[in-house]
Amino acid sequence: MARQTLDQKLAILSDAAKYDASCASSGSTRRHSRDGKGLGSNEGSGICHAYAPDGRCISLLKILMTNFCIYDCSYCINRVSSNVPRARFSVDEVVRLTIEFYRRNYIEGLFLSSGVIRSPDATMSDMVRIARKLRHEENFRGYIHLKTIPDAAPELIEEAGRLADRLSINVELPTDAAVKRYAPEKKPEQIRRAMANVRMAKDATKEKSFTGKRPPRFAPAGQSTQMIIGADGSSDATVLGQSTRLYSSYKLKRVYYTAFSPIPDSSAKLPLIRPPLQREHRLYQADWLLRFYDFQLDEITSVTRDGNLDLEIDPKLAWALAHRAVFPLDVNRASREMLLRVPGFGVKTVNRILTTRRHRALRYEDLIRMGALMKKARAFITAGGWTPGGLTDSADLRARFAPPPEQLTLF
Amino acid sequence: MHRIALPSIGTAKAWRETARAFLAARVQPEQIIWGDHAAAPDLFGDAGLPPAGGPVSVPRSFVAMAETAVWHSDPERFARLYAFLWRLKDAPRLMTDRGDGDLARLRQMEKNVRRCQHKMKAFVRFREIGAADAARRSFAAWFEPSHHTVEPTADFFVRRFSDMDWRILTPDVSAIFEQGELSFQEGHTKPDLPEDAGEALWITYFQNIFNPARLMVKAMQTEMPRKYWKNMPEAAFIPRMIAEAPARARAMAEAAPTLPPARMAQVQAQLASHASAWDGPAEELPKAIRACTRCPLHCHATQAVPGEGPGDADLMVVGEQPGDMEDLSGRPFIGPAGQMFDRIAAEVGLNRDAAYVTNAVKHFKFTPRGKRRIHQRPETSEIDHCRWWLDAEIAQVRPKLILAMGATAAQSLTGNGARILSRRGKIETGPEGRPVLLTLHPSYLLRISDPAMRESARAQLRQDLMAAEGMTQSEGQSLGKVTAKAPPAGMPGR
Repeated sequence: MARQTLDQKLAILSDAAKYDASCASSGSTRRHSRDGKGLGSNEGSGICHAYAPDGRCISLLKILMTNFCIYDCSYCINRVSSNVPRARFSVDEVVRLTIEFYRRNYIEGLFLSSGVIRSPDATMSDMVRIARKLRHEENFRGYIHLKTIPDAAPELIEEAGRLADRLSINVELPTDAAVKRYAPEKKPEQIRRAMANVRMAKDATKEKSFTGKRPPRFAPAGQSTQMIIGADGSSDATVLGQSTRLYSSYKLKRVYYTAFSPIPDSSAKLPLIRPPLQREHRLYQADWLLRFYDFQLDEITSVTRDGNLDLEIDPKLAWALAHRAVFPLDVNRASREMLLRVPGFGVKTVNRILTTRRHRALRYEDLIRMGALMKKARAFITAGGWTPGGLTDSADLRARFAPPPEQLTLF
Repeated sequence: MHRIALPSIGTAKAWRETARAFLAARVQPEQIIWGDHAAAPDLFGDAGLPPAGGPVSVPRSFVAMAETAVWHSDPERFARLYAFLWRLKDAPRLMTDRGDGDLARLRQMEKNVRRCQHKMKAFVRFREIGAADAARRSFAAWFEPSHHTVEPTADFFVRRFSDMDWRILTPDVSAIFEQGELSFQEGHTKPDLPEDAGEALWITYFQNIFNPARLMVKAMQTEMPRKYWKNMPEAAFIPRMIAEAPARARAMAEAAPTLPPARMAQVQAQLASHASAWDGPAEELPKAIRACTRCPLHCHATQAVPGEGPGDADLMVVGEQPGDMEDLSGRPFIGPAGQMFDRIAAEVGLNRDAAYVTNAVKHFKFTPRGKRRIHQRPETSEIDHCRWWLDAEIAQVRPKLILAMGATAAQSLTGNGARILSRRGKIETGPEGRPVLLTLHPSYLLRISDPAMRESARAQLRQDLMAAEGMTQSEGQSLGKVTAKAPPAGMPGR
């Protein structure tokens, strides 16, 4: 076989990496290279350097170190039984690509993942070597996200955490039974143990030693995980239940949901029907409600018919429509907790309402200027110059928000 | 009439100084005609600043907003800022009124500039103009921003690319960074930048990271508007990628094989794990416990926590279930309740390391609440499932005395978890006829808020630990005599 060029390897190994949704480069320590002795900076918020036509942002160089893999996970393009072309980067090639892309302002940093070759430890130690070379030889101060291999030795995870901004391990599927079925070699309990170890290593760095010195930072941008939606039969309630447990148990920064998407040369075990991308969107909305809007899981799932979120309207609107008795709210009096429940009001809008109403009463026009989506919100609030009248309780309120039904084609 | 023309480099500083002078001299907004460097001379204006006035104070939040909004491309920006500043002088609270029309307009301008700055940070594309092996490398980019954003954004590129020379050329103001020094120049025409080898690799990456099965062109265009495309090398390939995507996705779907029947393997595995008693070799027991899937608790907890201690201990201490810290670390009795136990045990001279310490239920049961996990009491069915493991541990260690702490341990060991407060301190009969001393769970002490009650509960637990210590020391011959009558097994737990 002819030797592959760098360009061919990049094509294979970026194609293999695209099923990982995470591309975040935010939330790490602030650093820069104004001293002229290194390359790169990190300023808290991430930057998306390009967008692909699939609507996903490209912030990091997201590649696999290799797509050879000894595992046979049926949803994965890189499983051992798949016929995709294989390639492997050397340590130097990954380092060079990262630095050259970064200097041209294409990326914020590197997101390195890998298929498992030889053994988990061997794979992880190659990934750590890449990160070490970037940090210590190239003085790279940009963002590094390393995917950790669950069974790798704790010392390797430890070093990975000191070099990288973020670590992640994918739980892959919403239930243990689904993992066993589709990823027979992966052990859900081992994945959870690995996440527990990362959380404990991170917690340990918060304690000062007796001399008052802080230990080196461990994965300052935290850990995240990813779940594939729609490959097994789990309902949204199951998915969200799993993610609330993950958030509370391992202090995850993010749980990514990715709608199962057809892959080239897919396995016979997988369903042929692809889930609507809208389902992924609704899950993210519900995830946000749980984390930033003080919603409890059962509040979101109790208004669904079969444990699945309504695809036509967002979960907050669905909750509000089912609880019309508490509306309309007076924006000049309602508490912060209740204002956060109004469809069309975000956290920013609510904060603006609270600061402004200290000085004067709010009118309908004020809310528009504050960024509220009044088309949604107006049925649920009263303000100076506005009462919804019968709108709040009108029978066709849902129909105003849901898209009109489509005529089925005859052919 | 005052006529002011502000320079295109250093605009923010110039506006700030001019506005301060006007405000100090109480010059009304209608008396000033603001213009930038390109403004035509005005027939009726008399140029120049008014005589210096007193100091002026302005809310800090306004200064921060003006510093950004002043870079907007709207020719009215200077006048709008000054007019609002004029209103602000009598009503400084106006800054917090998000419903005010003038402020909303300025905030909008500020937001536009910030977005333009952000897009500049994202979409500037450098090409190498020096030698790739030079000691200090050299790059250049051509960029066309919507607002005057080069000057306020240049420092971002300094912070990021200080170890190389770079220049960002635009039709408006250009930023040049050479040998660690930043400077600005006015207007440039589009230069002919040399071909760059890195660009081909970048385009390869861009085409392959794209997933044709999930085409969302609108989402892409709202974040990466077409106006930026002409200076981004990868954007030339977008139309072809979009055009080919449906066919590629269809090909993948058509190539997919059919669905096989559902598997029965899990069911068989589950049957195998439900044998009547565990009978593996002693050293395999912890491993077997860790792999337990006998009840649904294992799906949510991190790991099962087996007991710890010498395999021939005289005393076995049984708690309720692992807590948050035990669940994370995989070791029993290390959380707050475990530490409380250690303290009291140390007081009465009970050596914890000589005892076998374990829990009635091996998995942590909890409900998530925000970033915390709230402990939940295990149900009778979960206790029953887990008694399989506790029985295996007892059969292996063969302790002279079992100390049952709390209702769950009592339920598991005696079949009855009720009325612990009145049963504590007494000996009952446990599995294999072994003596079980009932006592309180240390976490019960942690939950009592009344100091007097806590002290008395602590004294009771201490007394029981002392009793346990005494009984295991006295070779255990007399144990049978103190055994109280145990309630019939199988009684409801609570």
